[in-house]
Amino acid sequence: MMHTFIALVEDKPGVLTRVASLFRRLNVNIVSLTVGRSERIGVSRMTIVADASPTASHRIMASLYKLENVLDVDDVGQASCVVRELALIKVAATPKTRSHIFELAEVFRARIVDLAPESLMIEITGVESKIEGLLQVLNESEDRILEVSRTGRMVMRRGQHTSRVLDAMRVPATEANQAEEEDPDASTALMAEESGL
Amino acid sequence: MSNASQSDTTRPGTTVLTGAEIIWATLEGEGVREVFGYPGGAILPAYDALRKFPIRHILVRHEQGAAHMADGYARASGRVGVAIATSGPGATNLVTGIATAMLDSVPIVCITGQVSSKVLGSDAFQEVDITGITLPVTKHNYVVTRAEDVAPTLREAFRVAQSGRPGPVLVDITKDAQQGTAAFDFTAAAPKPYRPHPMLRAESAAITDAAALIRNAKRPLILAGHGIIKSGAYDQVRTLAERMQIPVASTLLGLGAFPATHPLSLGMMGMHGEAWVNHAIQQADLLIACGMRFDDRVTGTLATYAPNAKKIHIEIDPAEINKNVKADIALIGDLRQVLEVLLPHISTVNESPWLRAVNEMKGSASVRDIKNIPDSGHLYAAHVMHDLWRITEGKAVVATDVGQHQMWEAQYYKHNEPRSLITSGGLGTMGFALPSAIGAKVACPEKEVWAIAGDGGFQMTACELSTIAQENLDLNIAIINNGFLGMVRQWQEFFYEKNYASSPILSPDFVKLAEAHGIPGATVTTRKQVEAAVAAARSRKGPFLINFLVEKEDSVYPMIPAGAALHEMIRRPEHDPLLETASDS
Ligand SMILES: Cc1ncc(C[n+]2csc(CCOP(=O)(O)OP(=O)(O)O)c2C)c(N)n1
Repeated sequence: MMHTFIALVEDKPGVLTRVASLFRRLNVNIVSLTVGRSERIGVSRMTIVADASPTASHRIMASLYKLENVLDVDDVGQASCVVRELALIKVAATPKTRSHIFELAEVFRARIVDLAPESLMIEITGVESKIEGLLQVLNESEDRILEVSRTGRMVMRRGQHTSRVLDAMRVPATEANQAEEEDPDASTALMAEESGL
Repeated sequence: MSNASQSDTTRPGTTVLTGAEIIWATLEGEGVREVFGYPGGAILPAYDALRKFPIRHILVRHEQGAAHMADGYARASGRVGVAIATSGPGATNLVTGIATAMLDSVPIVCITGQVSSKVLGSDAFQEVDITGITLPVTKHNYVVTRAEDVAPTLREAFRVAQSGRPGPVLVDITKDAQQGTAAFDFTAAAPKPYRPHPMLRAESAAITDAAALIRNAKRPLILAGHGIIKSGAYDQVRTLAERMQIPVASTLLGLGAFPATHPLSLGMMGMHGEAWVNHAIQQADLLIACGMRFDDRVTGTLATYAPNAKKIHIEIDPAEINKNVKADIALIGDLRQVLEVLLPHISTVNESPWLRAVNEMKGSASVRDIKNIPDSGHLYAAHVMHDLWRITEGKAVVATDVGQHQMWEAQYYKHNEPRSLITSGGLGTMGFALPSAIGAKVACPEKEVWAIAGDGGFQMTACELSTIAQENLDLNIAIINNGFLGMVRQWQEFFYEKNYASSPILSPDFVKLAEAHGIPGATVTTRKQVEAAVAAARSRKGPFLINFLVEKEDSVYPMIPAGAALHEMIRRPEHDPLLETASDS
């Protein structure tokens, strides 16, 4: 089954290798992996989708936590959350064949972001099934797909949950962080999170 | 850091030093008095600075030896062992030793030199990506490219190595980081405090449930693992066992955690465990696993492992829970702390029919004394181990290699003290005995130390004889010489129709080899000679080597074939003169 983990990690060289190496060692295939900056300076957020047995989640989480650079891990398997993926799709299309692709884009709430004499580019966001739906329709209508670039899944829990990066978890308190904590709203959010632990 | 170059003092506690000096000053601050290493170009700045610091450097003959020595040092003393090597081949030679420490959770810090940061990644002379290479066999590793990062990184490395489930840490320090200068302030370089694994969990409900299981169990068994030694939970485990009259079975690395001569001690479990121990596990209705990880060498096939037992798993590493054996109750935390919370819930019982039944199994499966076996003229390794145990009164620190002799040692040398057996359990690294014994002797000079190795494994790291000679270390070496890679031969006998492919091994005259190093020795061929030779070794100040020429085609019994169930043991043939195992004197 598919598992989705969010890992907050130190933004340092080599951290991605450590995380990837862990999955490799457990012989678990990473289906998608997105990495980017988080709300905290020096902390990156990884969303990892992995195909593993239903019982593997505990071991993967426990092993991720054993990595020194991993600050927080969340298994968003059953939680209520917003899931998004972004895809750019380049399709072969001449001025004559474009119009039905425009229609398709509309149905899928996608956007045309580039237009060239021989091709056009579609930008689409949504859950994976939506993106796969568009790809399927394009294939079935015999439009030639020239390129596909997908970000992989990004996930965020709904509601109060914040990523639990605390200074206690070895995140260097940069000046920017401190400023953030002095912001009354930010500190109440932090407190709410702490009391919810 | 008494007489290091004190060029500038900017604030109290701060001195400007070179990165090389900071390495030693930080080690000194961490309480390190001895290190094991081998110099080379990329680490030369550090070696140049060494003379300014009160740290003893033991020059090894191969970097693998340095890592094993640091490992033996750590296992014998509980302190962090330190190994040092140069870049490239020096660093790669450490890898087997690092993996050995990783698999047995031993806290060591390895420091490697590295080419200058300016040429990193350019395939410079003796450049190797050692952090990449060691990533899966270290608990963590670091590259340091600036002098100011040396102290904080090393201090963090010490913390990581020791905290939680311990393990090896490697710090790769570029040459320019050693040559550069930085302000050194040991206190200010302190690492962030240890963050316990967020999945540690031993809620009071689980504790009460565990206590209820223990109270109601009819056939409980404690499985004593390495974790008892790591967390220092000897008293707690003993109290638990004694209060409820629970027999205790040990893993290989758990030997010594619970006194072998204690009436509740059953001995070793697993592939070469005592028959009655494995039968007891299969019959038990409750296993209390203390700091052990249900390795395949102790469970046999999982499908039939302890089918009647509920399992309480007390373990510090959450990743071990339900990995091999499903736990009914998992208490995830430091063993000693967990047991301290659990013990008040455990009352005292005086009588245990189960204990009587287990002892009866023991009585019928073993003959309790091999001391009196008539001397047939043959020398058996089991005799050697038994006699060594008897003569040293069980008080020596024994470092073993890997193979048959390792199992015989585990069966016949009764370890009453924690940290008195040093052996590579997880990785099973041949060549471990001699260097790890050196590490143990350096860590505990007051202790009697024996290295016990097979003729095969001894030759893997025999170069360290020269280290022993140079340091004039007072340690004794026993080679159990059977002319074979014994354990391989045994598998070939049992499972490959006695096709002894590449298992007969020719060895030099080990006594002459020792003599070439200025180390005296003796060859022993009959049981009658054992006592005198051991006495000679013990009475001599300085190293001594005994070459025991033992029965060539003897096998370790009982044996569970790989993949078989725990109770499906191969037993010693009836006509064989040697007894299976002996449970006490
Ligand atoms: C480095 C390494 N290589 C190979 C092995 C596989 N192996 C395990 S036991 C053994 C034989 C050991 O022979 P010896 O050292 O003579 O000891 P004995 O079994 O005879 O006591 C071998 C080759 C190993 N454990 N380690």
